[in-house]
Amino acid sequence: MEFGLSKEQELMRKTVREFAEKELEPIAADIDESAEFPDETVKKLGELGFMGITVPKEHGGAGMDEVSYAIAIEEISRICASHGVTVSVHNSLVCWPIDKFGTEEQKEKYLKPLASGEKLGCFGLTEPNAGTDAGAHTTVAVKEGDKYIINGSKVFITNAGKADIAIIFAMTDKSKGTRGISTFIVENDFPGFSTGMVENKMGIRGSIQSELVFDNMEVPAENLLGGEGKGFKVAMATLDGGRIGIACQALGIAQAAYEASIQYAKEREQFGKPLGKFQAIQWFLADMATEIEAARLLVYKAAFAKWKGKSYTVEAAMAKLFASDVAMKATRNAIQIHGGYGYTKDYPVERFYRDAKITEIYEGTSEVQKMVISGSLLR
Amino acid sequence: MDIVVCIKQVPDTTDVKIDQKTGTLIREGVPSIVNPDDKHATEEALRLKEQFGGKVTAISMGPPQADDALREVSAMGVDELILLSDRAFAGADTWATSYTLGQAVQKVGYDLVICGREAIDGDTAQIGPQMAEHLGLPQITYVRKVEVQGDKIVCERALEDGYEIVEAKLPALITVISDLNKPRYPSVRGIVDAYREKEVKVWGAADVSCDENCIGLTGSPTEVKKTFAPEPKGEGELLEGTVDEMARQLVVKLKETNVLRQVG
Repeated sequence: MEFGLSKEQELMRKTVREFAEKELEPIAADIDESAEFPDETVKKLGELGFMGITVPKEHGGAGMDEVSYAIAIEEISRICASHGVTVSVHNSLVCWPIDKFGTEEQKEKYLKPLASGEKLGCFGLTEPNAGTDAGAHTTVAVKEGDKYIINGSKVFITNAGKADIAIIFAMTDKSKGTRGISTFIVENDFPGFSTGMVENKMGIRGSIQSELVFDNMEVPAENLLGGEGKGFKVAMATLDGGRIGIACQALGIAQAAYEASIQYAKEREQFGKPLGKFQAIQWFLADMATEIEAARLLVYKAAFAKWKGKSYTVEAAMAKLFASDVAMKATRNAIQIHGGYGYTKDYPVERFYRDAKITEIYEGTSEVQKMVISGSLLR
Repeated sequence: MDIVVCIKQVPDTTDVKIDQKTGTLIREGVPSIVNPDDKHATEEALRLKEQFGGKVTAISMGPPQADDALREVSAMGVDELILLSDRAFAGADTWATSYTLGQAVQKVGYDLVICGREAIDGDTAQIGPQMAEHLGLPQITYVRKVEVQGDKIVCERALEDGYEIVEAKLPALITVISDLNKPRYPSVRGIVDAYREKEVKVWGAADVSCDENCIGLTGSPTEVKKTFAPEPKGEGELLEGTVDEMARQLVVKLKETNVLRQVG
């Protein structure tokens, strides 16, 4: 058994950390406040290869392993969770399914510009009345000759409004329930494609989530991804990987909260001694460190299983369930350690707290993760 | 244009603590990094290559683990990597090191050699200039701007209170400072290639035809009598008020400490 990272993975961490500290840290609080999408730094991340980390080289990516990908999302989110989700969604919910289920033509046309960071992607599954309940989708695709006509809408779609390419899901045969869902690759300039309202959120405010609206949108038949009726399978497989990304985001946020707490415990003095000399604070820190380490092991293990081609559905669900819970606890206690100052925007821990909450919700709520885990136990 | 960059792997001194008893660096657990000035040297070499074509070779002299430093600059875009590693090189001072590096540079071939100004673990700033002397090359130190014009190089050389413009005929050697450029980040694909595709050639004394009297401890005229951590300076005192008031306070203090004495 080997717990250490490879030299390649270590250099990955060093590089992302340096980039995040130098390029993302100076804007993280500002984009949270203004809710502005950071076009420039997302472009820079693309130029450096962070938008196609695990995509094979022949399709425009870097050909790196899943653990390196996990490290990248963790380190980016340690500084800015908004960038973390932008990059995670693009890599695991957009590039990955095209790489996994796409035809050679689709990879050439769509995966290359996505993986090289030239284009940005989004993933449109959730609908206003169908979040977790994917079988209740009302977006419909009707085949007419060599194209599909798609009508419907999607909500809370990360990167929508900025994305050039969207992976979307629509019912091609409503009578078959989840077996009647199909996946399509659509471009933002297809006739009938538009984006709607941008969400005003509690956290991850530097990332963008919008509506996708399809009004008689025309999609060429060759843009069907993975075959008609295979959409549910594509969605579930994709979300398994997406959950590793969100677990990494949660891990990065927790780590940031922990580091801020350590620093504050050393600097802040009360009753003539630093906070770190008080047992109450020491216990907070000990719990945080232990829980973060446990979360990291679960997250890396899920990434490792994916890298090695093993099944990772349960591992990913456990990693996301646990890491998001750890992120909530760590950020809550980080504010507690900071006291009144932690509640203000003078310190970053209140941002970490707001950012952490979403990790318990998107790409499958914590309750859904428990369904996935228990489902595998009681089979 | 073929460029050789000399790089060094150093402990990240922002993290270094000094053992108060022995006065030496505590290296345990301190991460190793590519010497910061050398990253600026690498960046400039890559920019010149993008402008004029050719190839960039990075050379480092050090223990086997310096391999990581070479792979890091490879991930930035350096083409060829050479590690000078041999027990015979051990104990080299800057004189022997610059001779050894010079021999390797000679073997590689070059139009321009770029070194960082100095390494953060030794702070001597001697390797670049000494190597230029060993190689019989014109040298420009403390470079903050580079322009290649035909067969010559024109540089802005930083001075304490300004700069001077110095030109030299190529081939030449320059040492660079951090004002010169902003080093690029390694790319993800660069990291992959650095560890999966690139080869670090390891050269020993025999590979660079060294005179054995000029390398390692034998070839090092420097004798280290003692290393110690300097006494920490006491806290400074800031004077406040108008210029006149501060000058008056200063004179009083200088008199109190007997720096100034009233004569007569």
